[in-house]
Amino acid sequence: MIGASAGRIARRFALLRQAGRGGLATYLAGGDPDPETFRALLAGLPKAGADLIEIGMPFTDPMADGPVIQLGNLRALKRGMTLVRVLDSVRQFRLGDGETPIVLMGYFNPIYRYGAEPFAQAAAAAGVDGLIVVDLPPEEDEELRGPARAAGLDLVRLTAPTTDDGRLPLVVGTATGFVYYVAITGITGAAGATEQSVRAAVQRIRRHTALPVAVGFGIKTPAQAAAIAAIADAAVVGTALVQRLADNLDAAGNARPGLVDDVLGFVAALAAGVRGARGTRRP
Amino acid sequence: MSPESTNTYRAGPDERGHFGIFGGRYVAETLMPLILEVERAYGALRRDPSFQSELDYYLTHYVGRPSPLFFAERLTARFGGAKLYFKRDELNHTGSHKINNCLGQILLARRMAKRRIIAETGAGQHGVAVATVCALFDLPCVIYMGKTDIERQAPNVFRMRLLGAEVKPVTSGSATLKDAMNEALRDWVSNVESTYYLIGTAAGPHPYPAMVRDFQSIIGNETRAQLEVAEGRLPDTLVACIGGGSNAIGLFHPFLDEPSVRLVGVEAAGKGIETGEHAASLTGGAPGVLHGNRTYLLQDEDGQITEAHSISAGLDYPGIGPEHAWLHEAGRVSYVAATDAEAVAAFQLCSRLEGIIPALEPAHALAHVAKIAGGLAKDHLLVMNMCGRGDKDVFAIAARLGISL
Repeated sequence: MIGASAGRIARRFALLRQAGRGGLATYLAGGDPDPETFRALLAGLPKAGADLIEIGMPFTDPMADGPVIQLGNLRALKRGMTLVRVLDSVRQFRLGDGETPIVLMGYFNPIYRYGAEPFAQAAAAAGVDGLIVVDLPPEEDEELRGPARAAGLDLVRLTAPTTDDGRLPLVVGTATGFVYYVAITGITGAAGATEQSVRAAVQRIRRHTALPVAVGFGIKTPAQAAAIAAIADAAVVGTALVQRLADNLDAAGNARPGLVDDVLGFVAALAAGVRGARGTRRP
Repeated sequence: MSPESTNTYRAGPDERGHFGIFGGRYVAETLMPLILEVERAYGALRRDPSFQSELDYYLTHYVGRPSPLFFAERLTARFGGAKLYFKRDELNHTGSHKINNCLGQILLARRMAKRRIIAETGAGQHGVAVATVCALFDLPCVIYMGKTDIERQAPNVFRMRLLGAEVKPVTSGSATLKDAMNEALRDWVSNVESTYYLIGTAAGPHPYPAMVRDFQSIIGNETRAQLEVAEGRLPDTLVACIGGGSNAIGLFHPFLDEPSVRLVGVEAAGKGIETGEHAASLTGGAPGVLHGNRTYLLQDEDGQITEAHSISAGLDYPGIGPEHAWLHEAGRVSYVAATDAEAVAAFQLCSRLEGIIPALEPAHALAHVAKIAGGLAKDHLLVMNMCGRGDKDVFAIAARLGISL
């Protein structure tokens, strides 16, 4: 049924399919708001109900992100977060959790600077399962695709409302793990798309690939997450979580007591929404 | 494409927008179809004779081209060596070379039926040029400008607003040109259907570096013809300042395959390369990926982009156009740097001796000319691109000299 040799991402989506529901994927910037609080958040995510964890690789110039996630990136960098330390936090997480898939999301320059091949090896060794690199379209991702595959990492591709049927085969053709549908033409944190447009887009993508489809951008509430999880294989919530985290910082940007519980409580509410949804996913 | 495998430096980029390992299209998927559309549209346009004649009409009657090639006699005497000419692109309408590119791109945007224009600006010269062509062609435009730059370039901000542009202050990051470019990209990704992004320098995702170079190559083509008339031969050395590098590539490109012509690009050394406070990507940076292209960037060990510093807002950018990165590695162009202090000295010297108040950007080029001209033979022909005029900089210079206006 679920091959033991399949990676964590494939196993997780297979389990979700068996359970007849879509999953909840959460995004937090690695090291936001400080390394210690972040580690506590990360460790608590699976129990709170995150089915898949996305960790942002902090970058000074996150061009596809809105102000909330930009600030999250900058907070993390200010506290000394680096790509190496993101991998350290994954390694530590894996000591307590061997099954929840972890996908790193970010921009290419820090990876390029590290070196695509050594980075892919180090990420896999730390327990990372996949990569999403926002500014690396299929036309440019060859130099990461090979090393990622060799290391056993999935290279998740983004598709957008502007990705038409002519282009979709190129985008999803060499994708692995899952396909990430960016539901709006815009940056993270913008207003969400209508359920109807997401449904049409997910159906269109499924005509081109058998991979699971996750949908992100603009999903902010448990009800929205539930609606999207009923249509797609997973709903991704990022900005709303990072905002919830920011709401728990004092004026100096330090975590107030209760931050971790409050953010994880919000994750639990999102997870409850997703688990209550019954969709019409393909068998 | 490498210099070893071809006998020309002028063939790039390849069909995927690469100059060697540099260039490319490092953009979010949402923008990728749009970038491909710009590439297709520009490819069709450059083969369309009606486009070239339309562009020529505006360059002649609106911009005032060709710009003169002027023998800077007093500076030549002062330096005591090479015969110095200025290519006077500061005399263009709007006061810099930026208008050459803006006219080309606005005609492209019109043919693509785009209804809204966005742009980034550093010193405000590109912003003014964009606002100008948008007024001329009745298109609404939004100019993103770092808050720091808005403060040090107040006259240009007012100019843009007079021309009907909306100037949006950018406060993220260091609040300068790189952050303005991030914000413009965020706007574009949010308004893909209606909007054309009019990039001001020979950087960004393909086809922008090649397209901007093509529109700016009029500088080098005119220089070649004018010097042929004046001196009956090719120049010996060309010097231009480099931020993103559009005026320099425009001057250099027609001469890349003339091995006798020495090409020198001058980056901004800010307070000195050794202080770390500079904007010299080639001299003090390393290859990386930002703003849609692979090129030399100022960055730390972790690949985080570091802040550039220059007294010149137009050079205050942590990257450089990808073709320059390639020409640097190929060894065809020499890249050097001039400090804030050297540029200010050159700014004052040029004003006194030639009656030309240069922009702070070409003042960097002149600072390098001042270093080399005296050591060159008297029949050595040296052409420097006077790519902008200094009216916008008088307040910054006064402040630096301790004079309140």
